[in-house]
Amino acid sequence: MVENKPWATVLAHLFLILGVAMVAFPIYVAFIASTHPAGSFVSGTMPLLPGGEFWNNYSTVITEGRSRAGTPPIGLMLWNSLLMALAITFGKLAVSLLSAFAIVYFRFPFRMLFFWLIFMTLMLPVEVRIVPTFQVVADLGMLNSFAGLSIPLIASATATFLFRQFFMTVPEEMLEAARVDGAGPFKFFKDILLPLSITNIAALFVIMFIYGWNQYLWPLLITTDQSYYTIVMGIQRMVTAGDSEPLWHLVMATVILAALPPTLVILFMQRLFVKGLTETEK
Amino acid sequence: MQTKRMTFNHRWLPYALLAPQVIITLVFFIWPASQALYQSLLRQDAFGFNTTFVGLANFIDLFSDSLYLNSMRVTLIFSVSTTLLSMSISLFFAVLVNKMLRSRDLYTTFLVWPYAIAPAIAGVLWWFMFNPSIGILSYMLQSIGFDWNHRANANHAMALVVMAAAWKQISYNFLFFLAGLQSIPQSLIEAAAIDGAGRFKRFYSIVLPLLSPVTFFLLVVNIVYAMFDTFGVIHATTEGGPAQATNILVYKVFRDGFIGMNLGSSAAQSVILMLIVVLLTVVQFRFIERKVNY
Amino acid sequence: MKKSFALGALTLSLACSQAMATTNITWWHAMGGELGEKLEQVAADFNATQDEFKVVPSFRGTYAETMTGAITAFRARQQPHIVQVFEVGTGTMMAAEAAIYPIYQLMADKGYEFDKEAFLPAVVGYYTDPQGNMLSFPFNSSTPIMYYNREAFAKAGLDADQPPRTWEEMVTVSQQLLESGASRCGFTTSWPSWLMLENFSAWHNLPLGTKANGFEGFDTEFVFNNATVSRHWDNLKTWQDQGIFKWGGPGSGADAAPMFYSGECAMFFGSSASRAGVLANANFDVGYGFQPYYSDVEGAPQNSIIGGATLWVLRGHSDKEYQGVAAFFDYLSQPEVQAAWHQDTGYLPITLASYELTKAQGFYEANPGSDTSIHQMTLNPPTDNSKGLRFGNFVQIRDIISEEMEEVMTGRKTGQQATDAAVRRGNRLLREFEAANR
Repeated sequence: MVENKPWATVLAHLFLILGVAMVAFPIYVAFIASTHPAGSFVSGTMPLLPGGEFWNNYSTVITEGRSRAGTPPIGLMLWNSLLMALAITFGKLAVSLLSAFAIVYFRFPFRMLFFWLIFMTLMLPVEVRIVPTFQVVADLGMLNSFAGLSIPLIASATATFLFRQFFMTVPEEMLEAARVDGAGPFKFFKDILLPLSITNIAALFVIMFIYGWNQYLWPLLITTDQSYYTIVMGIQRMVTAGDSEPLWHLVMATVILAALPPTLVILFMQRLFVKGLTETEK
Repeated sequence: MQTKRMTFNHRWLPYALLAPQVIITLVFFIWPASQALYQSLLRQDAFGFNTTFVGLANFIDLFSDSLYLNSMRVTLIFSVSTTLLSMSISLFFAVLVNKMLRSRDLYTTFLVWPYAIAPAIAGVLWWFMFNPSIGILSYMLQSIGFDWNHRANANHAMALVVMAAAWKQISYNFLFFLAGLQSIPQSLIEAAAIDGAGRFKRFYSIVLPLLSPVTFFLLVVNIVYAMFDTFGVIHATTEGGPAQATNILVYKVFRDGFIGMNLGSSAAQSVILMLIVVLLTVVQFRFIERKVNY
Repeated sequence: MKKSFALGALTLSLACSQAMATTNITWWHAMGGELGEKLEQVAADFNATQDEFKVVPSFRGTYAETMTGAITAFRARQQPHIVQVFEVGTGTMMAAEAAIYPIYQLMADKGYEFDKEAFLPAVVGYYTDPQGNMLSFPFNSSTPIMYYNREAFAKAGLDADQPPRTWEEMVTVSQQLLESGASRCGFTTSWPSWLMLENFSAWHNLPLGTKANGFEGFDTEFVFNNATVSRHWDNLKTWQDQGIFKWGGPGSGADAAPMFYSGECAMFFGSSASRAGVLANANFDVGYGFQPYYSDVEGAPQNSIIGGATLWVLRGHSDKEYQGVAAFFDYLSQPEVQAAWHQDTGYLPITLASYELTKAQGFYEANPGSDTSIHQMTLNPPTDNSKGLRFGNFVQIRDIISEEMEEVMTGRKTGQQATDAAVRRGNRLLREFEAANR
């Protein structure tokens, strides 16, 4: 920085610590709740320090075959979420890279039409057109399958758009040089464009992975077979306890476990993420 | 729309490249959307046995329904407040974190947590914290003499959903703002400093304009998020209540169509939402196209 | 680019596992938590009695989500064999004649004797067609009762064996609770529409709608905007302002039970099936009482009406599978099975035999209060106003009702304005339902 007054730095740290405390508080509460025995919040006030039931609660959640809320084992749900998230992520990346490539590097009839089609139609979330979409998926026999969980969510306006933006910034000389070398579209795409976009891909990977991981209503609707339940769905199930009270300590333990994979993805890819976004958003 | 000066020439390849995306779009969007459009002109029982064509009656009903107009107002208030709240907090954090050299990653690590939480679960967390009798935050508020009750007070309910929704989005905005700040050349700021511009002047005259593309992008993303993706938050906290005070358009579609099985009206609402999306898209697209050139 | 193959691989992984020797019967239900466990146990027990059929329960979310899920699935021809539908969905299910397989017909077709006289009249009455035929299986019926905190009563110097019987007493008891500091609020309620309108009306022998609360035809109209209901809603608001009452949220009133468990409110209205949950979560002595009534209303108390859910059989499956469904229902009707379910969950015993069996087993003596619900429901022979209710679109209408109650609670409407609005908005949905099901 240009000049650094010590008081300003201290103040900045103070604000940040306060901010972090604020932002992380709900998660802290969830963690605390997951370390207490059943019923310790329902019949009184929520404690603010960890309790002694950490191992008990987490091992109950992880090992108990069918948890008390009638959901499948958490390992299976985590695995399903992971598969779904990865399928959506890779699917979205593949599909959008290809379309962006076509739109930027080719001239062909109806190019604009396709671009607008992709762009306009995909911003409406699946929640608001859920009944007809369900019907389509059912007609295609894709209920209770990973195909049904992921393929309808794979089309992506955001990724297509961001890749297009990035491809536009790739210097013209790249293509000229490639053509001089006699490279065809595929070779150019594979050897030049892909390596150049690696940070963007990484950034979008994070966004898409989290999008996929956090899906709720869609999996809820199209899976009836317990072996396809995802973790977010499982948590909602545990909260919807009918005429009885949710088992909050176990719910919160599951919340923490469910948040781990996306958090790890963000942390590991944070560097690339920020870099990828910086390059896209110039 | 611009393209590269130089392009490949191929008769079918571009179509093949576009095919996966376009097919998915056609099958899982255009087809259902056209069915929604058709459905919006019908009156049908839940099971689909009796169907009557009613023309625009569903739309007319909606616009003469004060609750639908209320829902539009609620959506506007909710989206604008959520967007402003989460963006201003994020920008503030990003500016502060950007100055830190050693602690930057540490702070970032803590600030991105909420992003990992699904909206549906974020709602559960906030409901848990604000539960009138077992919630920690309502307890704290009560102990300072503030009678929190989002079940009976419309403003409390709105504040709750805005907070929950904005909280969820802070991380995302923060990361983008931080990325934007880091891409601003240090030399520009130093030059301004040499010219004698103060801390705040530098921020307003250099940093903020250079951040405007990011800001605009986030503005649209946040509005779309607040309008469409916060369904889970509302479902888990207020269920649109009290007395429709937090019943945003998307949640109303869900409630009328999915819970109430009033398919005609819900389809009409979907069609209206689609129009809103198209409008937002055009605005965003126009702006970004211009921005690329500047 | 290996990634593009992900799509193809995914499509291939489309799994379908139908190759089993036993015939699977899918059963969609809405019972999470402890009740869900009990329900799964029932299915497992049935599966253990024979090896021809396997009942596969699947938890589908809330009652509303389960019902909509099943209807959506039906439209896409993916329906389960059995679906659990809550009582307010009865009108909608009944109207869908082509979609449902009435159980009296199913049992007769499959050669099972099914004597509807064996069931409790108050339960059966709710789920029969005008000819008296049973359309769905009354699996879990409950009726709302009052739970109260005996320790708070004692602390306030009240007789813990004497819960308030009238609303007038509710007020004095609550005031005493508040003044003595025994609790911070008098009472709260779950399911506000079910408690403070539907059961309230039956209990005071007031009609909700014309045509015997909709039992006699789809052309019914709401008429509950009477002085008694309006006064009661106004009172709730007044009591809320005085701290006597606390609003626990619309719909199911999700915040109500925790307020009771935490000791904040000393009395709580909830389903009789919440008994297990209440006992598990309340770390104080719990007492049980009837719903209160206004002593100046003639004919009160009448009898309470039921809620809960029934099992509907959906059409579109094979004969063999329906054979299994019938066998399962036959199993469910056995007195031992019924009695165990009733005792485990707090749902009403639905057959007279299971009630007698439970009595003979000494369950009611060992668990005082567990028969409160039955006594309350059978207090008087049901009238047209207290037989139950059968309105189309009632899932949405119930939302409207609790919304209008919220308008009262937030002080934006008076009781009369709110009941008028609820009737007006409700009637519009009734007309829509009538038009859609003509």
